[in-house]
Amino acid sequence: MGAKPTDAAPAFFSAEAIGGAFRAALVAAGLAFPILALRAEPDLNNQLVLLNRWPLLLWAAGIVFVGHLAAQIPHVGRILKWALFAGCTLVLVWILAGVANSNLPLRGKIALFTLIAASGFFGLLIAAPCAPGTPFHDFQKRARAFAGKIVGPIGIVALFAFPLVMLWTLGPGGSLKWINNYGVQILIYVMLGWGLNIVVGLAGLLDLGYVAFYAVGAYAYALLSTHFGLSFWLCLPLAGILAAFWGIILGFPVLRLRGDYLAIVTLAFGEIIRLVLINWTDVTNGNAGLSSIPRITFFGLPFTAADNGFAASFGLEFSPIHRNIFLFYLILCLALLTNVATLRLRRLPIGRAWEALREDEIACRSLGINTTSTKLTAFALGAMFGGFAGSFFAVRQGFVNPDSFTFLESATILAVVVLGGMGSQIGVALAAAAMIGGTEILRELDLLKAIFGPDFDPAQYRMLIFGFAMVAMMIWKPRGLVSSREPSIFLKTRKSVSASHVREGHG
Amino acid sequence: MENFLQQLINGLTLGSIYGLIAIGYTMVFGIIGMVNFAHGDVFMVSAFIALLIFLAVTQILGIASLPLAFVLVLVAAMILTALWAWVIERIAYRPLRGSFRLAPLISAIGMSILLSNFVQVAQGPRNKPVPPMFTDVIAVTDGAYRVTLSYKQILIMLVTALLLVGFWWLVQKTPLGRAQRACEQDRKMAALLGIDVDRTIALTFVIGAALAAVAGVLYMMYYGVVNFYDGFVPGVKAFTAAVLGGIGSLPGAVLGGLLIGLIETFWSAYFSTDYKDVAAFSILAIVLIFMPSGILGRPEVEKV
Repeated sequence: MGAKPTDAAPAFFSAEAIGGAFRAALVAAGLAFPILALRAEPDLNNQLVLLNRWPLLLWAAGIVFVGHLAAQIPHVGRILKWALFAGCTLVLVWILAGVANSNLPLRGKIALFTLIAASGFFGLLIAAPCAPGTPFHDFQKRARAFAGKIVGPIGIVALFAFPLVMLWTLGPGGSLKWINNYGVQILIYVMLGWGLNIVVGLAGLLDLGYVAFYAVGAYAYALLSTHFGLSFWLCLPLAGILAAFWGIILGFPVLRLRGDYLAIVTLAFGEIIRLVLINWTDVTNGNAGLSSIPRITFFGLPFTAADNGFAASFGLEFSPIHRNIFLFYLILCLALLTNVATLRLRRLPIGRAWEALREDEIACRSLGINTTSTKLTAFALGAMFGGFAGSFFAVRQGFVNPDSFTFLESATILAVVVLGGMGSQIGVALAAAAMIGGTEILRELDLLKAIFGPDFDPAQYRMLIFGFAMVAMMIWKPRGLVSSREPSIFLKTRKSVSASHVREGHG
Repeated sequence: MENFLQQLINGLTLGSIYGLIAIGYTMVFGIIGMVNFAHGDVFMVSAFIALLIFLAVTQILGIASLPLAFVLVLVAAMILTALWAWVIERIAYRPLRGSFRLAPLISAIGMSILLSNFVQVAQGPRNKPVPPMFTDVIAVTDGAYRVTLSYKQILIMLVTALLLVGFWWLVQKTPLGRAQRACEQDRKMAALLGIDVDRTIALTFVIGAALAAVAGVLYMMYYGVVNFYDGFVPGVKAFTAAVLGGIGSLPGAVLGGLLIGLIETFWSAYFSTDYKDVAAFSILAIVLIFMPSGILGRPEVEKV
């Protein structure tokens, strides 16, 4: 979409093509010249000195030159797709070899190996870039439709089994990282992504300050539990209500604005809330944050080694993993609650009004839909789920401070929604897993450290890649990774529609 | 009274910088109706380019004359930042014309994240202390409270005023300015009359970025420190300035910039520095809600 058909592309390796590549390389060198090629570092006297890194400039120009030339190779798109496919296959085989050679117990090896191999090869099978028209392509189509049907239920079963399987295969010590760093962390973003999806994906309101509601939820739990001793289960709905209340307060005046203005004002509100959290030290303790927030209990039984603790009451040996498993199930249920609520809401008149509003606001108004209250419900409901996630965040960390609620956090959640496909539930979940899990995995790869040196930290490149991915996604696949949508209302048969048919203002 | 005068000087200086950035927002919004979210980060990139060129000019080329170095830095930063903006428009925005409503804005947000993190990776996350320059001051009043006007502040206001005159001439009197105003009114009609719309839009981005680059040079010189996240808050404040002055209106952007600069300085001086950003962000919300067309803007008419 977008790119206009250019004049006939110059023939591969013609003088014209090389000239074009040369010009592009010159531009790249111009961009890279001061920022990449020179670096200012303060020396011992705090005076800036310049470090030369001219090779980087040559690399940048060279890569652009070669890339520009390569783009003219005939059928380069298909070649790239197949190369990507081959790369993914290699990575899969490499992971499987890693599992086979690892020092896990045998049962763990077999379980992990089968699981990864089955899902991985099935994924490769349906993702293989076959040309349309070939018999295999028809098979792929059916396999994709099948996968679309089963991925939800299987995913839920797999998620419920995940901590127990991990505990069984890796033991309490080894599974902690998987349940906590991967499981809980990813699920928080899945939940936030689904919450924001109501606002951005369904109602089409770009909210750049979503993290404010996350913060309201987190501080609500932190303050209510430390000052009034309320339990988590009481604070959870209160945090949701408070966040929704703030959503209404903030949303009411700004929802008359058009898309871009709305985005900037929500961004301003997000920043205002963070600045108030920093500066209102009497209540929030400023930058230092609130600590020693009561931890989660198993419906009253604390996760401690004491006699009245969870482990002792159930006759288990005490282990910190119990708390993490409980947290995992808690956030899983909260995320699924968000998902179910969204799916049900889509079928209600209000949900249909959201989607209609996203497609064409003027048509909605002429059909008598009250746009203000429709937008406000979306805003408040999205905020409520953000508040739930926030109070979960506070009970998990036991500590909150304003640093967790910066604009970058809002941008990350927005990136999850945009990359997954605005409005697609499964896409958002997959994007959260890929983005949050992906950076965690990158951090652990020794291979990257071996190439780029021991202080290489991929987390540094995380936002760089997210930003690039957001731009690339808008250009090539503006409807996200999962780009087909299940209609909530249909004539005779339910058909998934390609997202290009539900473009705003054209649907 | 002395305090008031001093704050007035400081506020006008800050406001000049905001005004220069705000012009980029307002021009782009006027011509293609999008909020160029990455503009604040383009400004930040220009401050870094200025810093690096300044160091290169003084350390590698060994030019000792500060005014000469300043002119070199200004010209180089304007050219290189304009190149950045041209490439950004070409890659991230032009392919999205005709895409769905939120696409250019999301792309711009992605670009903004990309730019600030690129600078963080390339230049490191720490503050860069800039060598002090133009440190002399003129005493405006004598007495217990000495109101001062530094050479830096004079330079900032002078450069801003000169550029604005040049820019005004460019928009009002040249064929490019005419093409730009034509595209603003009706892009399709302008194209039918033989105006290269794509080129005009690209040049709008380039001019906006060049003005932001001047702001970047002045900002680096005035504050003496740059950081990779410096694009965000000044960017939002300059956008506020553009909205306050009436988005789409060029004199409005300058007026809005000066007002925001003054409000921020007086707020810090008489109320609290902690909440000065809250004040600026609240103005944005209040203006958008109660007078969305700003001080000098035309009311937006929705055509169906």
